[in-house]
Amino acid sequence: MIALEVKKMKKNFGGVKAVDGLSLKFEKGQITSLIGPNGAGKSTMVNLMTAMYPPDAGKMIVHGVTLEKWKSYNMPTYGVTRTFQDVRLFEQMSVLDNVLVVLTERGVFRSLFETHGELHLKQAEEILKRVDLWKKRDEKAEDLSYGQRKLLEIGRAVAMDADIYFFDEPFAGLFKEMVKTVVSILHELKNNGKTILLIEHNMDLIRELSDHVIVVDAGKFFAEGEASDVLARKDVVEAYLGE
Amino acid sequence: MDYIMHLSVLVGVYAILGLSLNLVVGYSGLLSLAHAAFYGVGAYGSAILMKDFGFSFLSAVVLSVLITMAVGVLIGLVLSKFDGDYYALASLGFSVIAFGVFLNWRDLTNGAFGIFGIPKPEIFGYKFLAGEPYAFLVLLAVIFTFLICYFVVNSSFGRVLKAIREDEKALQVFGYKTTLYKLAVFVISAGLAGFAGTLYGSYISFIDPGGFDDLVSVNLIVVVILGGLASLNGSLLGAAFFVLLPELLRFVGMPDSITGQMRQMIYGLGLIALMMYRPQGILGKFRL
Ligand SMILES: Nc1ncnc2c1ncn2[C@@H]1O[C@H](COP(=O)(O)OP(=O)(O)OP(=O)(O)O)[C@@H](O)[C@H]1O
Ligand SMILES: [Mg+2]
Repeated sequence: MIALEVKKMKKNFGGVKAVDGLSLKFEKGQITSLIGPNGAGKSTMVNLMTAMYPPDAGKMIVHGVTLEKWKSYNMPTYGVTRTFQDVRLFEQMSVLDNVLVVLTERGVFRSLFETHGELHLKQAEEILKRVDLWKKRDEKAEDLSYGQRKLLEIGRAVAMDADIYFFDEPFAGLFKEMVKTVVSILHELKNNGKTILLIEHNMDLIRELSDHVIVVDAGKFFAEGEASDVLARKDVVEAYLGE
Repeated sequence: MDYIMHLSVLVGVYAILGLSLNLVVGYSGLLSLAHAAFYGVGAYGSAILMKDFGFSFLSAVVLSVLITMAVGVLIGLVLSKFDGDYYALASLGFSVIAFGVFLNWRDLTNGAFGIFGIPKPEIFGYKFLAGEPYAFLVLLAVIFTFLICYFVVNSSFGRVLKAIREDEKALQVFGYKTTLYKLAVFVISAGLAGFAGTLYGSYISFIDPGGFDDLVSVNLIVVVILGGLASLNGSLLGAAFFVLLPELLRFVGMPDSITGQMRQMIYGLGLIALMMYRPQGILGKFRL
């Protein structure tokens, strides 16, 4: 079953065709890796799917519903959440608040008459312990190490309890122990039937984690298939290394 | 003693203004220079309602706060189209417009001559005259405002405001319609600034457009930043500092004729020094 499908997405930045008519499909309950050289348009694709900016063209089909337009704030409605390659936390807020803010009430009026409930705190505790940050819950996000910040972002995404997760280079710059934590989180999400889009450059991790690999280059589709097949292809390796 | 009470009332009025503006500037990260407009609408609204329409103090306060909030909705909707520097400039524009309205809508505001003889508050038959009674009334108003702000910033709503300040775009992905939050806090803040205006007009008994010009908006920003961004206690400190600084200058022997200008200069210098060495303000917890 297809959880999410994107059709003929396009985005130009000035003269740069960052995404050039790319169509993608994500099988439910699988880890699909999106790979390609630097500047291939992987992050742009995720940004378009989460409406960080509008596409020049393209459609998105979520759980069978075709969308011509979509807004960031509707992502939870579509069951979609994400992390950012450039780590975007609420820097001057506490670690705990960074998680609580995605757990609490979304309605303007009702949020005025709510602090966080016991349940929210319990959920936040569980998640922060998972990424080994519970002890640091009162520290500001900006005071964490780079790896801890990445983990907090992943924790925040997990807290959303979405159906579809976009992870944009979640392993970049992590120490071994942290890599293990993130790998186990991805496994756990997958075991719970979640759909995952993983952007990653590390070939070993791609082999270990992916059910399916899609290669993009210069904003265009290049190849797809099982990790072992795709990564063995000569043209893929060449695309990766640049001509 | 009377003079101390007089200063206390002024500190109180500025404290309410500072608290109100801190919700928008300190907690939500929106550099609003529109607040003199709301302060003025509150002051003019209640003065006109009491003098020309015979409203009692309490009903005039309630109605003019509601009017201010309505104006806040309109201005807030327009400002929701802007970001960062443009937000500051556009909001300043509203201060300038409001001043123009106070000055030129003569039938209503009596233009440059201002409105005289605004009655003192009378609540359940008790008249709050200048001195201790009024200072007490303003103290209650400050406590009331503080509690509202405390409630707002410590709610889930308040946490969302801070997240908007930190990264609005990223927050949206997690399901928040941030424009609604920004509008809501702006309207709450406008209402409180209007409330300060009603207390000021009724106290001083005379208002004219000069009391609500764009310099007032700038001064309020200074109160908030100096005292401390996203710190309610900071706004109280900032207000006290702002009102009492000229007294301090007089106390150290500076002639009356220049304390006014000196205040603006010390304020300007203080702000520059603060931005260099402590951008979150004296008691503040956050940078803009
Ligand atoms: N906001 C933007 N404004 C202008 N150009 C952009 C913007 N975002 C991306 N680009 C350009 O679009 C192209 C694709 O960038 P993108 O970040 O999507 O690549 P990527 O595949 O994620 O690369 P990497 O592996 O380095 O993260 C690049 O040429 C980049 O410079
Ligand atoms: Mg990228």
